[in-house]
Parts: sequence; structure tokens; C-alpha cells
Amino acid sequence: MDEQAVKRIQSDPNYIKLVAERKSFGWTLAIITLVIYYGYIALVAFAPGVIATPVSGAITIGIIIGAAIIVASIVLTGIYVSRANSHYDELTKAIVNAAAMGGK
Amino acid sequence: MTRLIKSSLLAATLTLAASAAYAVDAPAPAAAAIDWNAVSIFAVFVLLTLGITYWAARRTRTAKDFYAAGGGITGFQNGLAIAGDYMSAASFLGISALVYTSGYYGLIYSIGFLVGWPIIMFLMAEPLRNLGRYTFADVASYRLQATPIRAMAATGTLVTVAFYLIAQMVGAGQLIELLFGLPYLLAVVLVGVLMIIYVTFGGMIATTWVQIIKAGLLLVGATAMAIGVLATFGFDFNALLAKAIEVHPQHGKIMLPGAAVANPISAISLGMALMFGTAGLPHILMRFFTVGSAKEARKSVFWATTFIGYFYILTFIIGFGAIVMVGPNAIYHVGGDIAKGLLGGGNMPAIHLAHAVGGDLMKGFIAAVAFATILAVVSGLTLSGASAVSHDLYASVFRHGRVDEAAEVRASRITTVVLGIVAIVLGVLFEKINVAFMVGLAFAVAASANFPVLLLSMLWKGLTTRGAFIGGFVGLICAVVLTVFSPGIWVAVLGLSKEGAWFPYTSPAIFSMPLAFLCCWFFSITDKSAAANRERAAFDAQYVRSQTGIGAEKAAAH
Repeated sequence: MDEQAVKRIQSDPNYIKLVAERKSFGWTLAIITLVIYYGYIALVAFAPGVIATPVSGAITIGIIIGAAIIVASIVLTGIYVSRANSHYDELTKAIVNAAAMGGK
Repeated sequence: MTRLIKSSLLAATLTLAASAAYAVDAPAPAAAAIDWNAVSIFAVFVLLTLGITYWAARRTRTAKDFYAAGGGITGFQNGLAIAGDYMSAASFLGISALVYTSGYYGLIYSIGFLVGWPIIMFLMAEPLRNLGRYTFADVASYRLQATPIRAMAATGTLVTVAFYLIAQMVGAGQLIELLFGLPYLLAVVLVGVLMIIYVTFGGMIATTWVQIIKAGLLLVGATAMAIGVLATFGFDFNALLAKAIEVHPQHGKIMLPGAAVANPISAISLGMALMFGTAGLPHILMRFFTVGSAKEARKSVFWATTFIGYFYILTFIIGFGAIVMVGPNAIYHVGGDIAKGLLGGGNMPAIHLAHAVGGDLMKGFIAAVAFATILAVVSGLTLSGASAVSHDLYASVFRHGRVDEAAEVRASRITTVVLGIVAIVLGVLFEKINVAFMVGLAFAVAASANFPVLLLSMLWKGLTTRGAFIGGFVGLICAVVLTVFSPGIWVAVLGLSKEGAWFPYTSPAIFSMPLAFLCCWFFSITDKSAAANRERAAFDAQYVRSQTGIGAEKAAAH
């Protein structure tokens, strides 16, 4: 890609939109993941008694949180994929097409 | 007596980084008789995978085929292969054993291993796929100087691969000796030779399919075991837990986080190593180049996260099932005495549980799958090490890119054979050494050297060659040095005095990883050279490609 093509893509409104949206969405989800995980580690490290507190029968808060983090990891990646597959891929397609036209 | 030592080593090997935290009993297993169920099922696996290797070898014509399976793997297949790379024998036997001995503590590990995946998805998967060709060094050196950056990345790769590989080889030898009744040396040689055949002839295509088949078998086997356990309790999870608390020697304490709370800094540091180490494991990163597009890369991570998360839920059920069905059952203990340890050592709960729920056939199946798991994981590791040598060191650093594809692939194949022989030799040398720290060290190095450089090279315009080179090496050296001076190695492995072990924590990542980022940043912003300015200026073009995929590698047409 030459410098002009790069400049042209950088000024493409679709590109600006794609980068801004993906950046904020990706980092938001990443920070949610970090908060969930390090919140959990902090709980384990500083309040181990809470982890072992029974909720229903022998099932404890720790087991529910643990299972919830596993499910949340899957759901969060799923949310990212579904948004990326529909929204980001459309924008990318438009950018690629525009770049191909501009190059000719 | 040697058996006793070996079985305790096996326990140590397959257990994870902080295994020092829980003591493993080391009973002598009964004289190992050859388990024909396990041997036959494994033989079928070997024949099948050799068939696949033959098929893959005929399709492996170019460097792209060899390193990246031609870029033609789908997202679903790759997700399964990634999960296969990740669900090592250490995960399966080690974590279920950890749950068996310490209850809830095991789940903390599982979660640490899983949460790296969402991070990879949100920040790395797409740019990785769009920028890379065969190794993660391709991405890190995209706009930086090839020679120093590839040398650094190859060093990080080889160190990570070496530690991981030694742990797997020693574990393989001991596991096979115990489960199949084969001598240690023969077992290690068998693993080494099969791995060389898969990788040299079949390259990434064979390695990927071996991994996919094994992942499928492991998921099916673990699912069957978990269902068997739950069925025993009328599918009442609560009843299983209640019974486990009743029969476990520690009773209600198994629901506490256990040893993890000994020191909060250790807990956080280990959490960092597990989470970010995943994002810096070279054999995992390499898998992102086997798919055809950023879209498939995303799907890979989703499927990998799903399978791995599901698998860890299974290991938790299996561990608790073993507490109830193996723990109080005399036939699984040395001399039929539950006061003595488990037959075969501390990592055997899952294997004995297979017998408890499904008899000899199930046990044979699970043992064969455990062997297949090690074989598949060492193949992936070796391919990644060989690629670092041939693609990064030989082709770029020594020949400065003046080498044709055929010569590069030849170099890779020769390296595979050499690495395979080295792995066998190391497996023999380390037979009697406690290698439990090595997987943890591999994750720490990956988190402290590979991950910071890779992430910054993709996302931060300011990164320069000087910053990346110094930051990467500082992270690597810091991680290794701190690990050596921790009690886990200094005292437990090297047998030196406690006073010498001045680093008190389980994992170095909480110090080494931020230090690496700091050095990358500091030595970049103070770099006023003309080359550094060119590298910063080149970021825009790299960023456009990483976001849109314009100019990225396409899948090979077959």
C-alpha cells in the first residue's frame, strides 16, 4: 500500500467510523473482562470466606461466581463476534471497495 | 524405589505452576502391567493420525502450507485446534487432580487459564491475522527492524517452547510408563519420533488435524465421565457436592479457595501470568495464521473459548466426582488402603474415575486420550519452535530474507528433527528432576516478553525497535531470574538454602510484565534516531492493514 492509498483510506468516513467503534467496543469489553477477573481474584485473596458461603444446599457463592465467569467469557466473545460479523465486516467491505476504486 | 520417585515426579510434572502449594502423596503404583485396552485404542489413534500425516504431506507444497496449513482452516476447526493445544494433559489430569485434593482451588486455575481468551479476542485476534504470515515475529517486526526484533521474538519463542516441551516430555514418559506399562525411555522416544513424523512430513496441516481429533476425543471422553458422575447422583449437582464435603478428609474446607489465599500478591501475579501468558504463547499465536481471514480468526477465538470453558466445567465435575467415587474406594489406593495414596500417584484421579464410571474400557480410552493429548501438544510446540528457527532466525536474521521458500521449509524440517531429538534428550535428562515449575515459567515468559512487544507493536504508534528489543529482553530475563530465585525452584528443585530464595512469590509476572511494558515505553520515547522516526511514520500504513485486512495474506487456493 503506498502512502497516498493509506491517506485516502484514513480519510474515508467508513474507516474513521470502523476504527473508532471497534476501538471503544473492544476496550470496553476488555476492561469489563479485567474488572470481572481481578475482582474475582481480589475476592479470593482478601475475602476467602465469602467464596465458601453456601447459597443453596452445598452450592457456594464461589461456585456460582466461577461458573458465571466461565459463561461470561463465552458470552462476551460471542457478543464481539456477532457485532463484528455484521457491523464491522460491512464497514470493512465498503472501505475495501472504495480503496479498490480509488486505486484505479 | 525408582518407581516411587517417578510417580511423584509425574504428579509434580503434570500439576501446574504453583503445585508447591499442595503436597502430592507419592505412593508406589502396583507393578505396571501393559494395559491392552489403552494400547489398542492408542494404536488406532496413531494409525489414523499417520494416515492423516500421509494425506497432509501430499498437500504440503509451499512454505504457507507447511507453516500455516495453506491458510485454509475454518474458524470452527481452528477453534477446536486451539482448544486442543490448550487442553493439555496438565489441564486435564492436573486440574482434575487439583480439584480432587483441594476442591474449589482448582477452579481458580481454570478461570485464570480461560480469561486470557476474551482479551485475545477484543484486542489481538483480528490485527494478528491481518498482519502476520507464519510467526508472531512477522507481526512484531512488521514496521520495526527485522534482525533485532526477530532475534528477540525467536528467543522468547524458543524459551517458552523449551520449558513447555520439557514439562510435556517428562510428563509423557512418566504417564505412559504408568498407564501403558512401557519403560520411560521407550515412551519418551515414541513420543519424540511420532512428533517428528507428524511435523516434518505433514507440517501445520497434520499438526492441526491431529490436534482437532485429539480435542474431539478429549471432549467426548470428559463429557462421558462427567455425565457418568452426575448420573450417579441423579443429576443433582448439589447432592454430589454435599457427598464430596462429607467424604473428603478436609470436609467443608474444600469449598474455600485454599492455598491461593496464602499471599494476595502471589494470587494476583499468578493470575496475570495465566491471563496474559495465553496471549503470548507462540504455538497458540501461530494458529491465527492458519485461517483465511480476520472473520475466521474471530470465530476461532469464540469456538476456542467455548470449548475450553466447557472443558473446565467438566474437569470441575470430574474432580468432585473423584473425591466421592475414587477417594473413599480402597481399590484405587496403594495396597487397598485409603490411608496410603492413590495408585499411580497424585495425578491419577481422573484415570481412576474413568474406571469407576466406565470400567476397564473407559479407563483404557481415557488413558489413550491422555497420551494422544501429550503427543498433539508437543507437535504444536515443536512446529512453533521450528518456525522460529527457520523463518525468523535462519531466513531473516542470518540470510536477511535472501533465501527461497524451499530452502526455508527444508531448514524448518531439519530443525524439527533436531528439536525432536533435543526433546527426547531433555526428557531423559530431566526424568528425575521436578519440572513442575516449567509450565508456569513458560506462561510467565510469554506474558513478560512476547505479549508486551506484540501488543504494543500492533496498537502503539510510538514503539520503536530499541524499545521493543530492550523491553522484550528485560521482561524475559526478569521473568526467568525471579523464577529461579523463588522457593519453588531455589529450594524445591535446586535444593539450596531458603535464605537464597529472595523472591517470595509464586509467579514473577506482577513485576516482570509491567517492567517490560515500562522499558518498551521508556526506550521508545527516548529514541530520537532517524530510524525510530521512520518506524513511527510507518505505523499508519500498518494500522490501516491491521484494521481492514487490505494487503493481508490470503488463503492458498488448493
